[in-house]
Amino acid sequence: MTSQPITEDELQAYVDDALTPEWQAALEEHLTRHPADAERTAAYRAQKQALKALFQPVLDEPLPDRLQTLSVQPLRAPTGGGWTGGLWQRLAAGLLVAALGGAGGWLAHGQYLQGDRMARMVPLSHQAAVAHVVYSPDVRRPVEIAADQEEALVKWLSKRLGTPVRPPKLGALGYELVGGRLLPGNSGPVAQFMYHDASGQRMTLYVTTESIEKRDTGFRFAREGPVNVFYWVDGKFGYALSAGIDKGELAKVATAVYDQLDQK
Amino acid sequence: MDSRAILAELPRLRRYARAMLGDRAAADDLVQDTLERAWSRISQWRQGSDLRAWLFGIMHNLRIDQLRRAGLATTSLDEDAAEVPLRPTQTDRLELMDLESALRQLPDEQREILLLVALEEMSYADIATLLGIPIGTVMSRLSRGRERLRVVMDGRQQTANLRVVR
Repeated sequence: MTSQPITEDELQAYVDDALTPEWQAALEEHLTRHPADAERTAAYRAQKQALKALFQPVLDEPLPDRLQTLSVQPLRAPTGGGWTGGLWQRLAAGLLVAALGGAGGWLAHGQYLQGDRMARMVPLSHQAAVAHVVYSPDVRRPVEIAADQEEALVKWLSKRLGTPVRPPKLGALGYELVGGRLLPGNSGPVAQFMYHDASGQRMTLYVTTESIEKRDTGFRFAREGPVNVFYWVDGKFGYALSAGIDKGELAKVATAVYDQLDQK
Repeated sequence: MDSRAILAELPRLRRYARAMLGDRAAADDLVQDTLERAWSRISQWRQGSDLRAWLFGIMHNLRIDQLRRAGLATTSLDEDAAEVPLRPTQTDRLELMDLESALRQLPDEQREILLLVALEEMSYADIATLLGIPIGTVMSRLSRGRERLRVVMDGRQQTANLRVVR
């Protein structure tokens, strides 16, 4: 060829082998006469190969459970809506009913027996699971204070809860502290610490000082939708550890948390 | 929709999300959001149409939503504002890491097209459809993105030898 000028678009398409064979050949001929274009297109080809090589390993990584699970259509809530929405609605509806009950009991204070009001409070495991479902998927703001300011976090939460609280160290089990936040509980503030493992799997530890039973309990287990929860009462604290992971693995972490907090 | 078909697309969705966002956890969050939205809109999926394109389209829209919600304007397309750091000579291994950091310096609009072409080997027409932009825009972003990446990698100051004929 050719008196026709070669366009930038053609050079790009040449790099991607998107032209007809004749056209590709014509471009090659052009490049022999235009070293600057030749250098540039060669660089683009190398770039393309390098990008492929850089991200190729992701294709061979094992899929995280949370993604694998979603390859199957999630069960919907009876009210319809997507999986997240449905779960959310169910949990939140339960919480709302319980909270209204609690508020009603609270407002009607004098008319109810103490035990009756207590019975209306939201169970620890459920509160913790709702808090987990609400905050752990949050990409941008999962916590109010991040782990790089752990000292400030501890100071603040201890002050608000009116008693020293401190996040256990779970690095040995592969979970690093992300940070924490303050949440409203049944009658006052509670704390939530968030952790994640190398795969990004998040776990939350919910700490309350308003435990219903004023006596220590052993581990209890609850399943709230896709969230597994271990919870227990130790002294004046109620703890609940929530994550979307296998019960056995969660039990291991719960044991470690218990051991650490018990040593104080 | 067949869950095996979805499973087959997951590695590619993850790769693209990782390349776009850089961060593993954030990328998997985006893939998870994509799947949840896909399932919630499963009635809009037409049997026999291109599943990969549909999922990539959902992912693209989610990302636009996220950027918008976060109040972040998508990165400016101002070519001249590009910072071009100098790169010392390095080994091949470092060069790949270097490539990743160079990739972060591209505006979103250029990076996504570069990646769809390089990783997914999508046609320009398919990319235009996927992103809802004219094919001419695809071409010009591809051209600018490639050149900027080259300049960043070369550590050169100016794109002096870029000759645009049109």
